[in-house]
Amino acid sequence: MLSLTILQGAVLLTSTLVVVALILNIWRMLRGPDITDRILALDTLYINSIALIILLGLYNGSALYFEGALLIAMLGFVSTAALCKYLLRGDIIE
Amino acid sequence: MKRWLPMPLHTLLLLLVWLLLNGFSAGHFVLGGFLAWLIPLLTAPYSDHQNRAGKPLVVIRYVLRLLLDIVLSNIDVARRVLKSNRSLQPGFVAFPLALQGDFPLTVLASTISLTPGTVSVDFSEDKQWLYIHALHITDEQALINDIKQHYEKPLQEIFSC
Amino acid sequence: MESVVHIIAAVLLLTGGFFVFVGSVGLLKLPDFFTRLHAPTKATTMGIGAILLASMVLTTMRDGRLSIHELVISLFLFITAPVSAHMLAKAALHRRVKLLDHSKNAQLAPKAAEQKTPE
Repeated sequence: MLSLTILQGAVLLTSTLVVVALILNIWRMLRGPDITDRILALDTLYINSIALIILLGLYNGSALYFEGALLIAMLGFVSTAALCKYLLRGDIIE
Repeated sequence: MKRWLPMPLHTLLLLLVWLLLNGFSAGHFVLGGFLAWLIPLLTAPYSDHQNRAGKPLVVIRYVLRLLLDIVLSNIDVARRVLKSNRSLQPGFVAFPLALQGDFPLTVLASTISLTPGTVSVDFSEDKQWLYIHALHITDEQALINDIKQHYEKPLQEIFSC
Repeated sequence: MESVVHIIAAVLLLTGGFFVFVGSVGLLKLPDFFTRLHAPTKATTMGIGAILLASMVLTTMRDGRLSIHELVISLFLFITAPVSAHMLAKAALHRRVKLLDHSKNAQLAPKAAEQKTPE
């Protein structure tokens, strides 16, 4: 099956690209310069990690990983919102 | 009817999403149906009146147009990112709003954030202006006209305001 | 039939991986905060969208029934991405983050921060 080999290659190549993207995000997160840059990098980091989890699910042929991806999507959004709220008001819950 | 089933559309949507996530079976139909009835009942007091969307055909055309623009904008942004960033001309634009109502404005702002090189930053207090940051501005007025023509007009039609 | 689906999924995966990568390159490379805001919020939604579409196609073929999980995730991301971009932009304006020197209409930034009208 040639097509299956191509697909497996595509999964591996995409995973590599996503992992490099994650490293670039961490670089930006460490470098700053402002705290909003760090939060933006964190936001991108979690979105990219969703991609990595989906790819892992494809590689292992399991549907269980979706629950994890959904959880990261929700928690990531809430944490970004909470961090921004903190910067804006100096308080998370008013 | 109104008292025991305050938001029928939400109930239907919740049930549908529950079934899509958990698979179609009798047990899930009962559990999902119960939750889809209970959650709108508990949350209805907190939701205020919003503009209702009409004209399903215009909505479908709007969504398709948006999806196409997302793809095009991504290619455009990817090209600008990979090229030398020296030639970039980023900047702010103040967009005069004709649209009214909180929900339609939210939809417009989200649409602007999702499409070609623009992010909506904030509204003015009187909701007459929307501040936009653009990655690359060549012609301010053309950008404003573009958004007016492609997004604001259809939204005015959809929410009839 | 199966091989056609495999090829489509492979193309979608590579497209998605490319956009995810470009988004992160933009995050690192662009000159100021507001320009950096553009790269991830756009390129990433598209990248994730394509990868999730590939996953949807493959899972649907494997299980023989429509798989919708992925659609829920991408819908969620498409709704939340503009909101977090907006909140980040608001926070940055509030903190008076330094703008690129030749930004157009830089005088609008403090007005937007205080939600005033432009004039």
